[in-house]
Amino acid sequence: MDHFPTNWGRPRHDGVDAYGTYPIPQRPSNTPKDAFSAGIQRTQQPIVTGTSVLAIKYKDGIMMAADNLASYGSLARFKDIQRLQPVGAHTVIGAGGDMSDFQYIQGLLDELIVNEFTAQDGHNLGPAEIHNYLSKVMYSRRTKMNPLWNAILVGGIKDGKRFLSFVDLLGTTYSASTLATGYGAHIAQPLLRTAVEGKEDDLTEEDAVKILEQSMRVLYYRDARSIDKYQIAKVTVEGVTISESKRLETSWSFAEGIRGYGAQTQ
Amino acid sequence: MASVYLPPGFNFSNEIRNNFIGDKGLHLPKATSTGTTIVGCLFKDGIVLGADTRATEGPIVADKNCEKIHYITENIRCCGAGTAADTEFTTALISSNMELHALSTGRKPRVVTAMTMLKQMLFRYQGHVGAALVLGGVDATGPHLFTIHPHGSTDKLPYVTMGSGSLAAMAVFESGWRANMERDDALSLVKAAISAGIFNDLGSGSNVDACIITADHTEMLRNVEMPNVRVQKERTYTFRRGTTAWTKESIRNLIVSEEVTPVGASDAMDTTIDETHEGITAKKKPLMSLTQHDFNCEQTRLRIPSILNIGIPVLKPPYVRPYFHLPSSAHTDLVGT
Repeated sequence: MDHFPTNWGRPRHDGVDAYGTYPIPQRPSNTPKDAFSAGIQRTQQPIVTGTSVLAIKYKDGIMMAADNLASYGSLARFKDIQRLQPVGAHTVIGAGGDMSDFQYIQGLLDELIVNEFTAQDGHNLGPAEIHNYLSKVMYSRRTKMNPLWNAILVGGIKDGKRFLSFVDLLGTTYSASTLATGYGAHIAQPLLRTAVEGKEDDLTEEDAVKILEQSMRVLYYRDARSIDKYQIAKVTVEGVTISESKRLETSWSFAEGIRGYGAQTQ
Repeated sequence: MASVYLPPGFNFSNEIRNNFIGDKGLHLPKATSTGTTIVGCLFKDGIVLGADTRATEGPIVADKNCEKIHYITENIRCCGAGTAADTEFTTALISSNMELHALSTGRKPRVVTAMTMLKQMLFRYQGHVGAALVLGGVDATGPHLFTIHPHGSTDKLPYVTMGSGSLAAMAVFESGWRANMERDDALSLVKAAISAGIFNDLGSGSNVDACIITADHTEMLRNVEMPNVRVQKERTYTFRRGTTAWTKESIRNLIVSEEVTPVGASDAMDTTIDETHEGITAKKKPLMSLTQHDFNCEQTRLRIPSILNIGIPVLKPPYVRPYFHLPSSAHTDLVGT
């Protein structure tokens, strides 16, 4: 029913959505359009994906680990991707999920850091600020029903205080001394928790590397979308260092003596 | 009378009906691996099986201390995850059939026999029997460890986990398992794996059960670890006697006249006639007498005729049948008459 008397007796005008019937992207508008805008789609599913990221707090700061794989469905497509990224001097982020969305986030953070640098006001963005910024970005995209399909871990140390938090495609955030995304949450988190919880201030760098390496090994055994090449990022008061790609040592001879899957003996 | 002959092969006669109903919106329930962590581990001398003790009904814990390690034969045990009824009845059926089979063959039962019986039955039901099992045992051919999935596939492995907590438990196994472990190492690895499931998976909880099977001996360690004991309550919450005031007390004996008729003497029962009780239940006191409270005025105690108490087993105090639960001022009445 058209309440506006000036419209009665006139042809219907579809250039105006008088009652907000259409969702925002589909409302008629007369802004200038380019040839590309008709093809704009919202993220429905991740295409090129990274798997889990692990992170722990230890004595000197934060340690984060992620493998070097970007999968294309079940294809191991890009085997030398770096999924850990330093942001400023105090923070490292690691992302799983859609890699194109992660590249967009890297661009946003770059811009953020550059603007902060050019302001020259004596302040630097620390991990808490980066995490806060990312959580706002992720949640605002989620409310527009066009998410950045990632699960991101943000870790760092500033003014002596360690910071480790998680943010994902829905805008969910939480903080703990051990974090893992994706399959790591099911497989690695139990191992990380028993090794780290309660001992964050006593865990040496060696032990932290060992527990992360062990977790990456178990993930390589049990996650079908992982590879045995990974990197570890370390954030201490000295700054952020991301290691060279390491290779996992694996053992596959555990069932040497077994034949068949049931009653077979030969 | 309808023929009981079933032609060989699958019976698809319900397919059309099921598809029709499915299109209308009522789908067949999927087989799910519900809240549980069960594990099995091969060590030097045999097999260690482990399980948690939580049984869930959706989001609610139905049983805080159930037993998931089922008996198949003396030297073969089976942990069950999935639908509890399915695992219980399936393992009971196969246990019974194994006993008959052992008697028929005259040999000690073998693990592969139980595994074959289980997988053939589960495959026949095409996954509708939601039983995910870890079967382990030691027989004349050595130690064996199998997993059996609800659809009937089996795997033969040196260490296995099943259930919703299987990923957490498998992470512990992958970190810690070695070939030819000692008994203590194997047991502590199993306990660590189940604990990982208990503390990191919401579908698993409470205590750790274990079962160690070797060539000559099976040891069932029920509640070998109890990491979730409830804290002692800070105060007692019972009401003291006299909380409910009464003004008058009168006791009426409902037994007006008593005639004792002994029924069917047997060796097991004591049929001596007791003055205060009757007949066969002579050595058993009646359960309780019901106490009625008129809250405004009197407390009347009624003694039920003993005829109502025949065959009701005696409960020692302080255990009370739930539907006879009454305020504590009635407790002394519940201890016999």
